[in-house]
Amino acid sequence: MPDWEELRDAGSAIKGQVMANLPELLVQLEEQVTARGGVVHWANDAAEANRIVTELVQATGEREVVKVKSMVTQEIGLNEALAEAGIDAIETDLAELIVQLADDMPSHILVPAIHRNRSEIREIFLQRMDDAPPDLTDVPRELAMAARSHLRRKFLSAKVAISGANFAVADTGTLAVVESEGNGRMCLTLPETLITVMGIEKLVPTWTDLEVFLQLLPRSSTGERMNPYTSMWTGVTPGDGPQQFHLVLLDNGRTRALADEVGRAALHCIRCSACLNVCPVYERVGGHAYGSVYPGPIGAILTPQLTGRSGAHDPNSSLPYASTLCGACFDACPVKIDIPTLLVHLRGREVDAQREDGPTAWGAAMGAASFVMASSTRFSVAERALTLGRVLANRRGTISTLPFPGSLWTNARDLPVPPKESFRRWWTRTHEGDGSS
Amino acid sequence: MNAREEILARVRTALGDGPSEDVVPPRGYRSTGSHAPGSDEALDLLVDRLEDYRAVVEAVSSADLPSAIARVLAESGSVVVPDGVPPEWVDALTSVGLEVRTDRPGAPLATGDLATGDLDTVGAVLTACRVAIAETGTIVLDAGADQGRRVITLVPDRHVCVVRRDQVVESVPEAIAILQATRPQTWISGPSATSDIELSRVEGVHGPRTLHVLIVA
Repeated sequence: MPDWEELRDAGSAIKGQVMANLPELLVQLEEQVTARGGVVHWANDAAEANRIVTELVQATGEREVVKVKSMVTQEIGLNEALAEAGIDAIETDLAELIVQLADDMPSHILVPAIHRNRSEIREIFLQRMDDAPPDLTDVPRELAMAARSHLRRKFLSAKVAISGANFAVADTGTLAVVESEGNGRMCLTLPETLITVMGIEKLVPTWTDLEVFLQLLPRSSTGERMNPYTSMWTGVTPGDGPQQFHLVLLDNGRTRALADEVGRAALHCIRCSACLNVCPVYERVGGHAYGSVYPGPIGAILTPQLTGRSGAHDPNSSLPYASTLCGACFDACPVKIDIPTLLVHLRGREVDAQREDGPTAWGAAMGAASFVMASSTRFSVAERALTLGRVLANRRGTISTLPFPGSLWTNARDLPVPPKESFRRWWTRTHEGDGSS
Repeated sequence: MNAREEILARVRTALGDGPSEDVVPPRGYRSTGSHAPGSDEALDLLVDRLEDYRAVVEAVSSADLPSAIARVLAESGSVVVPDGVPPEWVDALTSVGLEVRTDRPGAPLATGDLATGDLDTVGAVLTACRVAIAETGTIVLDAGADQGRRVITLVPDRHVCVVRRDQVVESVPEAIAILQATRPQTWISGPSATSDIELSRVEGVHGPRTLHVLIVA
């Protein structure tokens, strides 16, 4: 791509333009969708969106809906809300189906079942998919074909589908879903009713702007020149596809992020997952460790802004620290979100908020550490004391239970055992008198 | 206040009172390719990209198209065609004894000549396209009379698509300029695929497992 940087510049600027003109663009989108036979709903938060979707499904009389992979419906916990109302939501993306059948959590934006291997997937299918062939092997092709025939029956009988959207074009009311498997096309074409839930930030101003994002997204996401299938629809087309179309526009913390002039750039994200793939921290800890629907570097700046800060021990507030600030994510981002700067900005916000919380255990521990490290005598004594910690080691060479306040750490993760000897003692012992020290 | 007014009010507050910035995005990227639409170079690029996606590609002359259609689809048993394709395509199919099922875009899905369930049992679908993008190996259908409703190119297991030379552009922006946003569109770049199991690529998950492209040169 000779013009990759120019495309990134355009993508970044268009997203900036969307944020700056969001009220007008949202109203324009609503007008266009409505004029072409769709119905637009607005939801302040997850509960409101779930209620709207549940009522729309109930109005059709159906108890089962098919779903296209969508981050936003995970964000609002739509499947759980539907289940409470007695409605089964069937995930149709292969990985999402695996995750759903296993009662599991997605671990990656693009390949949510990356944490499962083929024999686990075979077991999940055999145990949880009623029509799995009994002689199913763990060859990926066979597993995919078992899912194909399982889902085909669902697609052909489904009356209601629920999707997200990759893009919504304000000046035409056109929605786009970008995918690989074809389950998206099935859901967007076969049922009578289509309900699309999208965050208010997913707009582009004009049809022409799509030429930028349709070049940026596939290359950043799967590395392909173009993804196998992209579906676009505008309202309702008589005689072709769903004849009832509902669009739910969701805030759920997006306006909170928008209010932060630096932080709002996180809303430019087009969910390609390039930043996950290059992140050394994500590579080590995996998607589940972030404890949020949006993992990786983008999750670390998006999630805490969407949820807001619930208090001193809100785990989401610590997400901006889950980074080495190496900057690989910024280089990989197709819309040039300066993730490292946002991380530092959000860390600063968190420190300010903690200052207002008053003294904390963390602050006290840092104060104590500072006192110890300020004097070499005190530091040597502390080092020797630390070696005593070896008695707490388990067979794996780690410490997994400590009394309070150490338990705040060990409740969630192990601590490595302190070494037998500190570096300074080793140096003194091995170099004493040889003139090199 | 309802949710709509509340959200719009919060957005306006978040953006502050000043006039919204009039950002004009820089558009230094290529708006056209280096090859003219329909040129040999554009066609070669399209063939290369389609083959890379493991689609079956053949270039045929306009005169040979009906016989190519008959040959490619001969073993399919039954074939769905949109009602707007040239009559010689349909004649080619019936000449080799194929059962032709016609899709009529105006008719409601359940009561037309074709019900959705029927599509699962037909052997193949034959359509034209609206535009093809060489650089990305993409074929775009916009539900025109010779392409039919979206569903017909989705459920059958085999899709034979006829692309005319003059429909081939090199780049995405050239295709966007031709396409009308409000028509329902399907952009197809190779057969459906997944890498969801251990990142190992499997083709033919939900859409047609075979894509066969006839380029009329």
